Amino acid sequence: MNIHEYQAKELLAKYVPAGKVAFTPEEAYQIAQDLRCTKLVVKAQIHAGGRGKGGGIKLANSPDEVRRIASEMLGMRLVTHQTGAEGKIVRKVLIEEASDIERELYLGVVIDRSTERIVLMASPEGGVEIEEIARTKPKKILKEYVDPALGLLPFQCRKIAYFLGLNGKTANKAVNLISGLYQAFVDNDCSLAEINPLVVTREGDVLALDVKLNFDDNALFRHPEIEKLRDPEEEDPTELEAKKWGLSYVKLNGNIGCLVNGAGLAMATMDIIKYYGSEPANFLDVGGGASTEQVTQAFKMILRDQNVKAVFVNIFGGIMKCDTIATGIITAAKEVGIKVPIVVRLEGTNVELGRKMLAESGLNITTGADMREAAAKAVAAAGGKLS
Amino acid sequence: MSILVNKDTRVVVQGITGSAGLFHATQCREYGTKVVGGVTPGKGGTEVEGFHVFNTALDAVKETKANTSLIFVPAPFAADAIVEAVDAGINLVVCITEGIPTLDMIKVKRYMEGKKARLIGPNCPGAMTPGEAKVGIMPGYIHLPGRIGVISRSGTLTYEAVWQLTNLGIGQSTCVGIGGDPVVGSTFIDVLKLFEKDNETDAVVLIGEIGGSAEEEAAEYIKKKFSKPVVAFIAGSTAPKGKRMGHAGAIISGSSGSAKDKIMALERAGIKVTPSPAEIGEAVKEVLS
Repeated sequence: MNIHEYQAKELLAKYVPAGKVAFTPEEAYQIAQDLRCTKLVVKAQIHAGGRGKGGGIKLANSPDEVRRIASEMLGMRLVTHQTGAEGKIVRKVLIEEASDIERELYLGVVIDRSTERIVLMASPEGGVEIEEIARTKPKKILKEYVDPALGLLPFQCRKIAYFLGLNGKTANKAVNLISGLYQAFVDNDCSLAEINPLVVTREGDVLALDVKLNFDDNALFRHPEIEKLRDPEEEDPTELEAKKWGLSYVKLNGNIGCLVNGAGLAMATMDIIKYYGSEPANFLDVGGGASTEQVTQAFKMILRDQNVKAVFVNIFGGIMKCDTIATGIITAAKEVGIKVPIVVRLEGTNVELGRKMLAESGLNITTGADMREAAAKAVAAAGGKLS
Repeated sequence: MSILVNKDTRVVVQGITGSAGLFHATQCREYGTKVVGGVTPGKGGTEVEGFHVFNTALDAVKETKANTSLIFVPAPFAADAIVEAVDAGINLVVCITEGIPTLDMIKVKRYMEGKKARLIGPNCPGAMTPGEAKVGIMPGYIHLPGRIGVISRSGTLTYEAVWQLTNLGIGQSTCVGIGGDPVVGSTFIDVLKLFEKDNETDAVVLIGEIGGSAEEEAAEYIKKKFSKPVVAFIAGSTAPKGKRMGHAGAIISGSSGSAKDKIMALERAGIKVTPSPAEIGEAVKEVLS
């Protein structure tokens, strides 16, 4: 799960510049007045990076100027390298005191899958993406791995602060910020906590100028307060709806809708469509069970996509009986009123009965004996290879 | 010989009174696996479908001499259940549960360091030695006893591969689903080491997917230390960046974890990677001939 910068900053309140989020230009003006400072910054709140270059971060010298910038920014379609060409509509802006920046640093916390440890990454080269630093200046990154039994230790925070070239009181402040960020990561079950840039001001303060937090979806059950921060406007409505039904859906750009049980098989189904010369319209995992209700909902989602010219149903039922699955597919297809051809590959117990039921359903359903045959039929049904 | 599970496997099912736990405990028993009991706190002393239920894993081990645990405990309590099984002296813990928080798994892995117990999963179909023992949720009938090892991060895609092998008359020594989470009990390398030592396994099918670098690490290990032929398939060549594809671990983050990189690493290690998931069985047949 992903949240906005202003929400992340509320979670890290001690280490961020003074500021507040505004939903209207008037609110922005009021916040700027209350901040009582001469240099301000207006920042578009969208779930994507690269906002500065796209015109989503602007400096202002007065509350009036803040109001003017906010009125331009609110409602605009912001395009960055992470939003895709369609961009994202700006619905709120963060008004902050602008910092007098001396240096920009990088600090991130992630889970390292190879070592199965939380790792802190720091670099004196802030303001650019960490992957860029890793590629061009790998020696400028320090990685500190955390023993889960001990947690992050003070010496590790000091090591990071000195590596960042900080000293004296500034180093002490950084140590607090580093341990604060780690604690926020652990307390909230984050999957990523990133401060980029982490700035050192001319007064020697250390501030998190931009904060990005991502959360482990598997742990949201113990953080209802984080779940509340979810911004439905930033998420794909179909993907959100899928979640409600226990389905996993990702929209793609092809013309063959996929309905599959199991994530690995669902990916493999997309791959085989491509292998036979076409493109998948979606990833869709109905889970191991594939109940009638889930299959019905899945069909509805797939068919909402106007690009879909055929649907490829690939179910490896295993323990599940194929006649039960066939009933589900037929019921769902009738209820939804499917116009496009459906190609079904079924495997499991009672497979012959299941195929017979599909063949005799009177619906536009073709069956494939195995994955290869079904994939080839689905590609043909959708109009053949794409050039 | 096979690996991990066999005729001597004695399974206790943690979470046996839940619907999935009871259903699959029964399925495993029907296949011929020795399911010696179950654990559900608070229901000790009772019996379900002929299975004795114990309050704790320790009670179950003492009474039944179970050496393997199969876990269906809900995600919020599953990490606790894994540690309980290890603490009770279980050698092999197979955790089916999906949705365990990553930070819980990191603690579990730290706890298991230096202990002889092995964990398979979580978020996996389990482990199966055809004709001997089924410890998981996979359909038994698709398997055929034989000499090919199967390791996979997926569930139904593993069934697909196994089914292709069986239809070609190629049997399996042991099939292991290692799970689709970012942090799992046993990695590809852990299981490859077991297959290397198993004189009843002639070749291995490795099914990977996008996310993380477990396949790249496995490729490196195979190149240096694995003596048997390996056939691989990597799911997710068509997956977009930054989107979780069902499994918690199946996500291309930034520039790492793409199918292309994994396929390249495996091919560089001399491993045959099939471009189509429908040709895994045939690729194995080719390698064997």
